[in-house]
Amino acid sequence: MRFRAENIGVDRGGRRLFSDLSFEVKSGEALIVLGPNGAGKTSLLRAIAGLLALAAGALSADGDDDDEATLGEQAHYLGHADALKSALTAGENLEFWAEMLASPPRADRLSRQREQAPAARRPMTALAALDRLGLGHVLDFPVHALSAGQKRRVALARLLAADRPLWLLDEPLTALDQAAQARFTEIMRQHLAAGGLIVAATHAPLALDGARELRLGAALVSP
Amino acid sequence: MMKAAAALFLREWRIARRIGGGASIGLVFFLILVTLIPFAIGPDLGLLARIGPAILWIAGLLATLLGVDRLFQSDEEDGSLDLLINARLPLELVVLVKCAAHWTASALPLVVASPIFGLMLALDARALALVGASLAVGTPALTMIGAVGAALTASLRRGGLLLAIIALPLTIPVLIFGVAAASAASGGAAPFAPPFLALLALTLLAIAGAPFAAAAALRHARD
Repeated sequence: MRFRAENIGVDRGGRRLFSDLSFEVKSGEALIVLGPNGAGKTSLLRAIAGLLALAAGALSADGDDDDEATLGEQAHYLGHADALKSALTAGENLEFWAEMLASPPRADRLSRQREQAPAARRPMTALAALDRLGLGHVLDFPVHALSAGQKRRVALARLLAADRPLWLLDEPLTALDQAAQARFTEIMRQHLAAGGLIVAATHAPLALDGARELRLGAALVSP
Repeated sequence: MMKAAAALFLREWRIARRIGGGASIGLVFFLILVTLIPFAIGPDLGLLARIGPAILWIAGLLATLLGVDRLFQSDEEDGSLDLLINARLPLELVVLVKCAAHWTASALPLVVASPIFGLMLALDARALALVGASLAVGTPALTMIGAVGAALTASLRRGGLLLAIIALPLTIPVLIFGVAAASAASGGAAPFAPPFLALLALTLLAIAGAPFAAAAALRHARD
């Protein structure tokens, strides 16, 4: 799949955050959104996810997967909040989101997809997803008993528990220790290698080879 | 889609059971209201029996709206709402399933317990049955009306009071027909069937219309 932004602009609180922003992201590509606080990084991600109306321009997607789904429905949005219920266990949270965010199985598509989808693109069980982030032991812990970094890792495990091609990541490495950062960087590399797309807003550099950078404020895409 | 709906229902049900504030608090609130009225009115059994159905309905109305303000607010606060909007279950169905779970967890116990509380108001057997039946049919409408108010106030920090101001006037028709049906046995003005059928119609109308209103309010609040 690929998606394209053409001359998009976003308003917040009566002020134009950015305008005439154009870029294209294809399967296997990562786009890192950089910029000072308040430049509109989060707003850009929310606009791509369809959570914020565009003031100008248009977003379009050519899906090879599913023509009916909107861009937001093909995307995992990872915001500042972890979207976890503190009364439920990590496993219950992940199983819920896996069901809720899964693409509906279509009879005509399912068998074909099973054969074609590379191993890394198949949704994992909650336990396997937590294991990838080194948190398999907290499966049955209530989320309110976890630390901030552990909660973040459970939220990241959601990306693996349900298969969606486009990952919109807002400061994905916040509160993560060095080992977890390395694990998640590896997960992002595998997602890209399996044909996924990543748009990440970050201050901490992400060690992704060949990732392009989009600087808000200056609004230029580097080659 | 059914699996996603089932997963959402299960999640809401578990949260209601674990956090409390669902069934038990509503029941205790209901009990306290019903207990207070005889103290205020005095021990006139004839008067209590005559106004008993109305007391049970007022108590049921207030207890049903108790806790409905958190229906979308907690999802808004922890970021779940952003993900639910882009889930493959339409937001209207998300609203409907959440309301069904909330009704099952908080209003259904009231319906079941209302004959027992009716005994404290000197209602006879037929009046107890009619109150139970009218509450069973009428409380879904109250939950749905409350859900629209909850959606409108989801992003407000102190939305609970505003929710009551928005939702309570809209519940007046439900209250009129509910009390009319319930008091048919204890010397009410109307026979049982016409107000009961009108109550049923109001509930069906609320179930059909409220999800669209609430979903529109939730989408609008994103910007």
